Amino acid sequence: MSDSIDTKAVGDKDTSAKKMVVYALLVIFALIYILPFIIQLVTAFKTNSDAVNNPLSFIPDPFTTAAWARLLETQFPLWFTNSVIVTLFVTVCRVLFCSMAGYALARLKFYGRDTVFVLLLAIMSVPGIVLLIPKFLVLNSLGMYNTYAALILPLVVDAAGVFIMKQFFEQIPPSIEEAARIDGAGPFRTFWSVVLPMARPALITITILSFQGSWNELGHFIIATNDSGLYTLTRGLASLTSGGLGSGRQYPITMMAGLLMTIPTALVFVLFQRYFTQGANVGAEKG
Amino acid sequence: MRRRDPQRQPVAGWLFLTPMLVILGLFLVAPIFMALWVSVSDWTGRGSPFSGDVNFVGLAHYDQLLATEGLARQDFMLSLRNTFYYVLGVVPVQTVLALLLAVIVNQKFLRGRTFFRTAFYFPSVVSSVAISLVFLFLFAGTGAVNRFLSAFGIQGPNWFNDSRGVLHIVGDWIGLWSTSAPPGWLADTRVLNLSLWQWFSGPSVAMSAIMLQVIWTTAGTFMLMFLAALQDLPAEVDEAAMVDGANKWQRFMNVTVPHLRPTILLVVTLGVIGTWQVFDQMYVMTQGGPSKTTLTPAYLSFEQAFTNLNFPRGAAIAFLLFLIIFVLTQLQRWILRDKDAIAQRRAERRQRRDRRRGGPNTPAGEAAIARTTVTEAQS
Repeated sequence: MSDSIDTKAVGDKDTSAKKMVVYALLVIFALIYILPFIIQLVTAFKTNSDAVNNPLSFIPDPFTTAAWARLLETQFPLWFTNSVIVTLFVTVCRVLFCSMAGYALARLKFYGRDTVFVLLLAIMSVPGIVLLIPKFLVLNSLGMYNTYAALILPLVVDAAGVFIMKQFFEQIPPSIEEAARIDGAGPFRTFWSVVLPMARPALITITILSFQGSWNELGHFIIATNDSGLYTLTRGLASLTSGGLGSGRQYPITMMAGLLMTIPTALVFVLFQRYFTQGANVGAEKG
Repeated sequence: MRRRDPQRQPVAGWLFLTPMLVILGLFLVAPIFMALWVSVSDWTGRGSPFSGDVNFVGLAHYDQLLATEGLARQDFMLSLRNTFYYVLGVVPVQTVLALLLAVIVNQKFLRGRTFFRTAFYFPSVVSSVAISLVFLFLFAGTGAVNRFLSAFGIQGPNWFNDSRGVLHIVGDWIGLWSTSAPPGWLADTRVLNLSLWQWFSGPSVAMSAIMLQVIWTTAGTFMLMFLAALQDLPAEVDEAAMVDGANKWQRFMNVTVPHLRPTILLVVTLGVIGTWQVFDQMYVMTQGGPSKTTLTPAYLSFEQAFTNLNFPRGAAIAFLLFLIIFVLTQLQRWILRDKDAIAQRRAERRQRRDRRRGGPNTPAGEAAIARTTVTEAQS
């Protein structure tokens, strides 16, 4: 933790009155930020009438796992599996392709490299939401609509990821690669056995970014399929509000579904928290 | 045996780039040109947009959205009005809230700072769909929020079904006008398909609920950016100001805020870009309703294309939205143009310091990289 370094100015006394104000603010904001998740958790184990009549009570009365049982009878497990498949493929491909491209742009010299980089920057400035219809048009023309390929392929390279890897590779001292080259290693071998192992922190960042990006992606999955067997969690859960799964306004079901979808995110978040910091700043364009 | 420059490797270079070029070319560049064609064609969604039956219609769809009296323009103008108020509400509030949270979490005496930082940031990493489902429950007519308000004797609105404009309601309260009988000069003057009364509605109650949700979700992301900047604040400057007799508030306004200026501008820019694209919440929660008061250009574009199967109009809206975002970012860059050099020098100084402190593996170093990434990505 870098913020444990004491940079407090000399003679800057923290009075107890000030501490009280800060703690009071902190408690208020902490409640605002934590309560919605607690209410979600509790409601997931309520009956619907209990949820509607006592939205603020923190003890389910009666306690029931009916929402869980109901979800298992539906396509929910399939959506979960689809999300896992898509996220896994996207993440593995993204890590590989982004680091390859980032390495070429940072380290290999060839004609046209700068042009490619300028184009990459231009592409990064295109707001994602305006690409929904265009992407559908291409998927449709290629005959990929309603396939797993349509869910996965368009996501396997991410311009921002390439950019992060390029920046990282530029910081690695070239002497190490030169040593490998003198030992007779070609560019592929150098990349695979020498450069990639050194890039571990950046690779973890890309992994986190692409996990978060593909697990939470909604827009792309809306335009890539209309077959409920190919829905991912985001798409499937979005259909819950319009009464998919016969849920109507069955709050325990929607809360339980949202909860189950959030658990993997929470696990990854807790395990790799410090890598999220960097990812957040890059992915901040999303609404 | 060795070549003159061993790093000159065109074959390997292009091979390494191939996956990126194919995917981005196929799913980013080609789609843009294809959609550009569709937006000036009369394609009906059947068959290939490049087949012989599809005709070039020029700027007809853009004309319907911008220059011709009709439903298309009315919907588009409504979506612009809604999003304008949405951006105007969300961006300043989330920026101030993010700064406030960062300042609180940055207090050195605080116990459990990591915990609170995590709590404030967590909503940013959770799917917008999951959060929307929770907020649909919280802001339901008899939901938790209204229960909480009723404890104070306030009867909360039926949030997501309430299309009344907030400015209309406030004006009614303070006696400026009556919502049931709006003043004639406002109701009868029509500009671009909407009456002035409609233009000055403010965000609807339903839109306000979405705004609260988005502010709550995104503030954590921007808090992290402010936190990184606060940790870079040179202690000497703060001390110097203190020696000069400045109090806490003066030091915050005259030392901290100017130091944070580049970060504030970045957060505002990213906020504007992000908020104009708002889509997920409308798709999950309101589908543009009630009474089209949560209709946004992004959702309208989607709805035109996939519900009404009017792909040309949907594509035209998408390009107009692109244009709006592009113009706004250019405008912001132009406003910031003089300060870039200063920010650049500051970033270089910071990077030198980070390198001395042990390179990019320290959290501060990471944040510095992330910041330059975002800055360069926007430029």
